[in-house]
Amino acid sequence: MSTSARSVRPLLPGIVSLGVIVVLIGGAFGGLLVEGFRDLSRAIAAFDGYMLRLIRFTLLQALLSTLFSVVPAIAVARALSRHPVFWGRSFILKLFAVPLALPALVAAMGVLALFGRAGLFAPLLSSFWDGGWPGIYGLAGILVAHVFFNLPLATRLLVEALDTVPGDQLRLASQLGMGAGASFRLIEWPVLRAAIPGVAGLIFMLCITSFTIVLTLGGGPAASTLEVAIYQALRFDFDLARAVALTVIQIALTLVVVTGLIRLGANVTGEANLVVARQRYVNVGPQELLFNAICIVLALLFVAGPMVAIVVSGLKADLGRLLSESSFHRALGTSLVLAVVSATLAATLAWALAAARSYSSGSGATFLASIFDTGASFVLVVPPIVIGAGWFVLLRHFTDVFSVAPIMVALVNAVMAMPFALRAIRPAHDAAAERHDRLCLSLGITGWNRLRLIEWPVLRRPFATAFAFAMALSLGDLGVIALFGSEGLKTLPYLLYERMGSYRTADAAGLALLLGLFCLTLIMIADWLGREEKDARG
Amino acid sequence: MHEGEPINAGSPLVFDKVVFSYSETRFDFDVAFSPGVVTALMGPSGSGKSTLLNLIAGFEVPDSGRILIGDADVTSLAPALRPVSMVFQENNLFGHLSIARNVGLGRSPSLRLDAADREAVSSALARVGLAGKEARLPRELSGGERQRVALARVLVRDRPVLLLDEPFAALGPALRDDMIDLVIELQQERRMTVIFVTHHPSDARKIAEELVFLEHGRVSATGKMDRFFEAAGPKAFRDYIGDDGAAR
Repeated sequence: MSTSARSVRPLLPGIVSLGVIVVLIGGAFGGLLVEGFRDLSRAIAAFDGYMLRLIRFTLLQALLSTLFSVVPAIAVARALSRHPVFWGRSFILKLFAVPLALPALVAAMGVLALFGRAGLFAPLLSSFWDGGWPGIYGLAGILVAHVFFNLPLATRLLVEALDTVPGDQLRLASQLGMGAGASFRLIEWPVLRAAIPGVAGLIFMLCITSFTIVLTLGGGPAASTLEVAIYQALRFDFDLARAVALTVIQIALTLVVVTGLIRLGANVTGEANLVVARQRYVNVGPQELLFNAICIVLALLFVAGPMVAIVVSGLKADLGRLLSESSFHRALGTSLVLAVVSATLAATLAWALAAARSYSSGSGATFLASIFDTGASFVLVVPPIVIGAGWFVLLRHFTDVFSVAPIMVALVNAVMAMPFALRAIRPAHDAAAERHDRLCLSLGITGWNRLRLIEWPVLRRPFATAFAFAMALSLGDLGVIALFGSEGLKTLPYLLYERMGSYRTADAAGLALLLGLFCLTLIMIADWLGREEKDARG
Repeated sequence: MHEGEPINAGSPLVFDKVVFSYSETRFDFDVAFSPGVVTALMGPSGSGKSTLLNLIAGFEVPDSGRILIGDADVTSLAPALRPVSMVFQENNLFGHLSIARNVGLGRSPSLRLDAADREAVSSALARVGLAGKEARLPRELSGGERQRVALARVLVRDRPVLLLDEPFAALGPALRDDMIDLVIELQQERRMTVIFVTHHPSDARKIAEELVFLEHGRVSATGKMDRFFEAAGPKAFRDYIGDDGAAR
C-alpha cells in the first residue's frame, strides 16, 4: 500500500523505541571514544602481550566450548531422532531446555557444587589427585559450564533440523533397507551439515560474550576473557584506557563473528520449536540401539548433574536463616523492582518495534521495516558489559556513577531482553495486524482506541509472555550489576556472587537454588502463556 | 416494497482516468457506477477487482486521476472518512469483541455508545436475523451468521456506498442464496450504491442490474446485466464464464 494516504503517527512509538536503543548504545560508544582519544597513547599502549593472551584465551575457550558442545550433540540429536517414541523422550527434551532458562551464575554454582573443591565429587576425585582435588577452575571449569549450557541447546536445534527430513524419505529408506550408516550418510548428514554452521556459530558467539561463567569459574588472570578483563579494568584497576582498548577489541570480535553468522543465516536468538514426537519409519539394529542409548544417557547425566547438584547443595544450606536475613530481603526487593521495570520496558519496546515494523512493511516502506528489524537484532551484537562500561566512563564526568546505577541496570537489561521479547510479540502482532488493519482503517479505529479495543485484548497474552521472559533474564543477570553494583544497590545475583567471593559457599548454594527456581518459574509461565496463545490462534 | 425516500440514497461513483500501479502491474480505470443499484464486478483473477474496491475504500491511493463519490472528490480522503462501507470475504469481525460491540464499532470507533446507538445496534441485528445474539462472540457463530453481523454493521454505519468483496465465497450454495436475498432486501430499503465482486455468474445475475467486466487491469465491458448473457454479449466475458455460465 502506498504511504501517502497514511500518516506517520503510528510509527512514533517505534521511532522512540529505536531512539532509546540508539542512545543507549551510541552513548556507550561515545563515552568510550571520548575516553580513548583523551588518552590515546595509553589506550594504544594497552595493546600489549597481556592483551594478546586475552584474545587468544577468549577465542580458545569459545572454540573448545563449541567443539565439545556440537560434536556430542550430533550423536545425541541423531539418537533422539532415530527413536521418536520412547518413555521419557519428551521429558529429556524439556530438561534440555532448562539450562537456557537458568541464570549463568546458578549454572556456575551447579558446576562448583559437583566439581568444586568441596563439591559432591571432590572426595572421589581427591583419591586420584596428589594433595587433594583443587577444584575445577580455569579452562576446564569454563568448558564444563559452557557445555552444560550449549550441548542441550545444540541438541535441540539439531533435533529440530532432523525433524525436517520428510517422512516419505524415511519410508523410502526403510523400504530400501538402509542401515544406520547409510541413512546417516545419505539422509541425516545432509540435513545436519546444513544446520551445523549456524548452530556452531551461535554457540561460538554465546561463548565469546560469556561473562558470568568466566568471572566465576575462570579463577584468575590466566583464564580471563576480554569481557571479564573489561570488568576488572573498570572495577578494580580503574584503568580506563585499558578498558576502552579491550572494549574496542571485544566489539570488533563480536562484529566479525556476527557478520559471519548472518552470512550463514543463523538464528541469533536461538530457540528450537520442537515437534514433540512424530511417527518415523526407522529400523534400528541392536548395536545401534546400544550406542544410541549410551549417547542419550551420558548427555542426560551431564545435563542433569549440575541441576541435581544445585538442588542438593541448595537444600543443605540453612534456607530458613537465609530467607529471614534482611540482606536477602533487600536484594530480593531490589531485584524484583529492577526486573519488573526492565521487563515492562523490554516488552513495551518490543511491542512498539513490532508495530512500527508491521506498519511500515504494510505501507510498502520495506527499507524502514528492515531498520526496525535490524535495530532489534543489532542489540545482540553489543555485549551488555560493553554498554555498561561505556556509560560507566561517560557518566563519571557528570555524576556519581553509583547514584544512577538502578537506571542503568534496568535500562541495559531491558534493551538486552528486547530481542527475545520481540520474538514473543511479533508473530501474534503480525497475525492480528493482517486480520485487523483494513477493518480498523475503514471503521476509523485509530490511536488510543485501537490500542484499547483491538490490540491490547489480542496481544496481552504475548505481552505477558515477553514480560515473564524478560523478567527472568533480568532477574538472573550478573552483567551490568557487576559493574554498577555497590553497598547501596545489590541484586540477588550480586548478593550471591558476594557470598561466593567470601567463601560462604553454603549461603551461595542456597541463594542459587532460590534464584534458579524464580527464573525457571518465570520461564515456565512465559512458555505456558506462549503455548496457550499458539493453541488459541491455531 | 420501499416506502418513502431512504435516509442515505446511493451516490454515483466515478473513476476519472484513475491510474494505479503495483510493482509491475498497471491498472487504468475510467468508469462510472450507476447510483442506487447493484453492480456486479467480475473478471479473471488478477484483473484488478480487489484493487478497484481498495481504491474506492481508500486502502490504495491512485498515482493519478480522481475518484468521485456523489459530488465529492474522495481521492485522497482517509478510508474512515469516505462514505463507504465494505464487507470482506473474512475477518470482518474482531474475535475478542461481542457481536453487539462489533456492530457498535460502526457507530463509534471508540465504542462509546449511547442508548440510541445501542437501540440501533439491536434493531440492525434483528434486521439481519440475529436478534438476541448481541452477547455472543464471533467464534460462536457460523460463517453465514458472521457475515450477517458484518451486514448489520453496514446498516448502522449507513453510508451510501457498499463494497462487497466476494463476501459469501466461503459459504455453501443454499446459504449463499439466502445471503444474496438479504443483500437485495437491504439494498432496496437503503438504496445504496452496491458493488459486488463475485466469480459466480448466477449470483451476479440474481443480485445485479449492471455489470462491470475487468480484464488485464482495465474495464473491458460495462452495461446492463442481461446484455452480457445474450449471444451477442462481449466475447471476453463469454469466454470467461464458459459454456456452463452461458447456459444458465
